[in-house]
Amino acid sequence: MSLLDVQDLTVEFPTRRGVLRALDGVSFSIEAGEVLGVVGESGAGKSLTGAAIIGLLEPPGRVAGGRILLDGARIDDLPADRMRAIRGKQIGAIFQDPLTTLNPLYSIGRQLVETIQTHLRLSDRDARARAVKWLEDVGIPAARERIDAYPHEFSGGMRQRVVIALALCAEPRLVIADEPTTALDVSIQAQIIALLKNLAREHGTSVMLVTHDMGVIAETADRVAVMYAGRIAEIGPVREVVKHPAHPYSEGLMGSIPSLTHRVERLRQIDGAMPRLTAIPQGCAFNPRCEKVFDRCRVERPDLMEAGRSRAACWLYAAENAHV
Amino acid sequence: MFAFILSRILQAVPVLLVVGFISYAMFAFVGDPVTIMLGQDYTEAQRVALVHQLGLDQPFFVQYAKYMWAALHGNFGISYRMARPVGDLIAERLPATLELSLTSAVLAVLVGVPMGVYTGIRRNAVVSRIFMIFSLLGVSLPTFLIGILLILLFSVVLGWLPSFGRGDVVHFAHWSTGFLTPLGLKSLILPAITLGLFQMTLIMRLVRAEMLEVLRSDYIKFARARGLSQRAINFGHALKNTLVPVITIIGLQIGGLVAFSIVTETVFQWPGMGLLLVQSIGVADIPVMAAYLQLIAVVFVCINLIVDLLYYAVDPRLRMDRGRATGGH
Repeated sequence: MSLLDVQDLTVEFPTRRGVLRALDGVSFSIEAGEVLGVVGESGAGKSLTGAAIIGLLEPPGRVAGGRILLDGARIDDLPADRMRAIRGKQIGAIFQDPLTTLNPLYSIGRQLVETIQTHLRLSDRDARARAVKWLEDVGIPAARERIDAYPHEFSGGMRQRVVIALALCAEPRLVIADEPTTALDVSIQAQIIALLKNLAREHGTSVMLVTHDMGVIAETADRVAVMYAGRIAEIGPVREVVKHPAHPYSEGLMGSIPSLTHRVERLRQIDGAMPRLTAIPQGCAFNPRCEKVFDRCRVERPDLMEAGRSRAACWLYAAENAHV
Repeated sequence: MFAFILSRILQAVPVLLVVGFISYAMFAFVGDPVTIMLGQDYTEAQRVALVHQLGLDQPFFVQYAKYMWAALHGNFGISYRMARPVGDLIAERLPATLELSLTSAVLAVLVGVPMGVYTGIRRNAVVSRIFMIFSLLGVSLPTFLIGILLILLFSVVLGWLPSFGRGDVVHFAHWSTGFLTPLGLKSLILPAITLGLFQMTLIMRLVRAEMLEVLRSDYIKFARARGLSQRAINFGHALKNTLVPVITIIGLQIGGLVAFSIVTETVFQWPGMGLLLVQSIGVADIPVMAAYLQLIAVVFVCINLIVDLLYYAVDPRLRMDRGRATGGH
């Protein structure tokens, strides 16, 4: 049984001009201790998937269909107080911008102790000791002295380390990291990713790593899910998806990564832009931009199907299956 | 911290001098106290003697300098109307105004802030909508009308509460208080509501707007993602972040309560400084008016100082010296 199992997840936003379907039949799972990378362009539904899993969709967004199971038990229909007990304790979250995710008026120690005591029955003293330990683990120098410092007294990279400590301090089994390095200096990004990866491995925590940085995914993830226009286009082992992308969209994405080993005059780009939620084309959402488009793509929408060692939502592989 | 307080006090000195100058100038050029004091029948010799006695024949700046010099020594002159030291007059009236303003301020904060928090958190609830409509009334109805309506309802129709005065007061040395007698407390209710209603609704609307803003912020989202309780998020994290602007407005409003209780005191014949001012304006009693404005300036300066100190208590980002001491980044 997977740690997290997302089945046919659909998220909708009711608007004045009708219902917008932002996520449409997203299914994937995360095993214990696994790092799943989720990539895609802005607006593909990566962050929304994370928000739906921790039950923090911004109203009026709502889960309109599908199920989310944690350890085989549904968590998408839990009452608010039971879901709150899961957040932080079972599923942690790391957000994009460390400059705005910490409350500026409280010391980092207070925020850590508060989080620890919300989920674990510890005395003030033990909670504080644990907070110091976590600050040391995430690499805050002189943690014992800095624990009473306020967020504005730390740099961006240090603050993201504090955020990671806050997300992990109750030892959740899954962490959803939503673009944890996007707001940081390039020189800091690698450190933060390595830290996250090491801590997850030490504690056996699974990670859902949302990013649009393919380099980060390639180095960190075990498996990767490529999202496009609110659906999963391809999901599979990271080496497979990076080296032999099955879906034409993944192929386009991988082609846009600059290579260090051989010189490329021009990076490949995918013509056109991702469709707006109000104007998703019939059939495969990618068909207007796809180089390998054929008639069936414009009529019928493909679901995920076997494509080598990955699974891709592309009719190219339906034909392949038919031959077998 | 001490240096900060000292610098703020030094900054207040020119403010007080300017206020003194403006108030003295304004009153010196409007109205003629001499003719009012002399009544209808007087000789020219009597008039000249009085003008000389009051020092009004001296150049304006000499009068002003003398006034400020005496004021520095706690001597605000003699009231033309009552022929008594202004300091005594104000000291007699001060407790009434301060008790009224304080009660109104406490009422406004204790009712306004929770209402603002509630309407901010449950902005679509029926109760919130009722609060919002009610607050619109409080913000837009003029004070004297509210006072008269309250008197009509609770004093005239229902007969529950007295319609004027402070009721029974108890004297302690120079202080007279209405807090200790049942009639004193009953007398306080209507004026306090009248005076505080506007502030209460203003605070409520401000807290609500700030709460809506803060609840959308990333750190609140992150607090939710950490599984903190609703109460810890709303009151611990959100409310505290709304405090800086709220403290600013509350400070200014309390200054306003003390300074502009004039209308309320007139409607309820409340024996405070506002009533004293109105009576003094009628007869151009310059020393009382000038002293009153000086006192109000001092009140505002003190409140601003307290507000600044509260900022420091609330927001660690303003404690720059501490940031430097621990080495910043």
